Amino acid sequence: MTALAEPRLTAPARIEPRPFGLARHSLALARRSVLKTLRTPEQLLDVTIQPVIFVVVFVYLLGGAIAGDTGKYLQFLVPAIMVQTVMFGGMATGVNLNTDIGKGVFDRFRSLPIGRSAPLIGSVAGDLIRYVVAIVSLLVFASLMGFRFQTGVGSVLAACVLTTFFAFCLSWVVVLIGMVMRTPGAVQGTAFVIMFPLTFGTSMIAPKDTLPGWLQSWVGVNPVAHMMEASRALMLGGPLGDHVVWVLVWSVGILAVFAPLAVRAYRRRT
Amino acid sequence: MPWAFQAEGLVKRYGKTTALAGIELAAEQGSVLGVLGPNGAGKTTAVRILATLLRPDAGRATVGGFDVVRDAAKVRRLIGLTGQYASVDEDLTGTQNLVLIGQLLDLRTPDAKARAVELLAGFGLSEAAGKQVKTYSGGMRRRLDLAASLVGRPEVIYLDEPTTGLDPAKREDVWSMVRSLADDGVTVLLTTQYLEEADALADTISVIDHGKVIANGTPGELKRVVGGQTVLIRPADPADLVTASAIAGAVADRQVESPARGVLTVPVDGDAAFTEIVRRLAQERIAVTELSLRLPSLDEVFFTLTGHHTQQEAA
Repeated sequence: MTALAEPRLTAPARIEPRPFGLARHSLALARRSVLKTLRTPEQLLDVTIQPVIFVVVFVYLLGGAIAGDTGKYLQFLVPAIMVQTVMFGGMATGVNLNTDIGKGVFDRFRSLPIGRSAPLIGSVAGDLIRYVVAIVSLLVFASLMGFRFQTGVGSVLAACVLTTFFAFCLSWVVVLIGMVMRTPGAVQGTAFVIMFPLTFGTSMIAPKDTLPGWLQSWVGVNPVAHMMEASRALMLGGPLGDHVVWVLVWSVGILAVFAPLAVRAYRRRT
Repeated sequence: MPWAFQAEGLVKRYGKTTALAGIELAAEQGSVLGVLGPNGAGKTTAVRILATLLRPDAGRATVGGFDVVRDAAKVRRLIGLTGQYASVDEDLTGTQNLVLIGQLLDLRTPDAKARAVELLAGFGLSEAAGKQVKTYSGGMRRRLDLAASLVGRPEVIYLDEPTTGLDPAKREDVWSMVRSLADDGVTVLLTTQYLEEADALADTISVIDHGKVIANGTPGELKRVVGGQTVLIRPADPADLVTASAIAGAVADRQVESPARGVLTVPVDGDAAFTEIVRRLAQERIAVTELSLRLPSLDEVFFTLTGHHTQQEAA
């Protein structure tokens, strides 16, 4: 082999820093994350097949009992389970980061002159593609089963965007878990323990007024429950109430607390 | 000459284990520093501190005059790092890996792409540029890894055991790359377990053991301390052993030994003695099946310097 045939290929030279480093670097790393996802489509199984299975199981097993009719139950379930699907999709961000961080490539990122938060922001932002895939595959499948939107395109899009924003903010909790736990399995386990009361402690499966009092209180404060009700109102019509406000307040609050904690945990991890 | 990097009294502890016990390392601009030591001697820890990946518990280190803890961001603009394990993304292609690093180093995307093309060509990876790294052979990965650490034209590059696990031909490739780096004026820190490698590449060698430098000097100085080279001769015809022994003894002016049947070894002080032995063997028409000039192994170096073997170190 003619190593370094061209002379001065490696001659030292300084590269001048350019402005907006954090945004540019995060974007470049988000692109990496998207490329990786597209190269390994099997990583999308949890956001394509899993929601379909959930819908089939709930609608045909429980639909008749809860709503008296599977068609009616499908209308009730889909806007809410979309939220759960996207949240579960966000769990993979923490697991993937935990796997990724143990590899040499993260050592390389750490040795580069980039913001410490850039690799985390890049991963979380890059995983937005998973949310889009999740929403599209769920809504397409639900439509085939007979689900029908009762509102306009604008409202439906608003439901999807709000869900995505909410899941994006919430995924920083899982990213923090991914930074603190030692193995990907532990990340998954811990994330499930947190996600289950959040997603099932809601009116997703059954109307709120059928739940016991203590559970109704939890549903009243659970941000995921507000998100699901907002999604229902936006897709099926009906009173939107203050659900959207609660969702936005919770989202920004979660982001403001957990994103800095996750970055701090990442910096401490060596 | 100013120091390209300098470490003074670096200490790093992990719980009860002391990885570095006050290590001193330094290299002049454009030189190659070989850091020689067995597994667990603290080589990687020292590299990680100099690469701003770890904070030392005590001591200080500077690269290009910048402190690795206080001015870490500035240090990161000067360095390139190639770890023992390839630090490239397996799911991406060779080009995608290098372009990403270029972008992270603040190159404009067209410049990052041009730099990727030129480095891939320089490292003989043009054909594999569009393939995912997981399809690369071990040698190709190592080359891509090295290319990745050179995207930003670093002033200092750390090569942590760059030839571990490579076969001899691939090792030669890496060696020639290290030499070109030095020719281009890059300062290289190379860690290795082989004296032969340090001897072939380094301007200065620091031998480390238990997180401390136990010997330091040019390869020549070090070899004088640890006993230099040994010539090994295996005559094709055992009947020639006596003549061969006489030649070797006369040229080297040392005691010739026979560590195994049909094999002669004699310590020599310089390369010239080897040439002379070869010449005289040819003159006497003595055919040989093996004739080599070898350096002491790391184990022998350690035995000379510390009085114990490296295997006991690990235990």
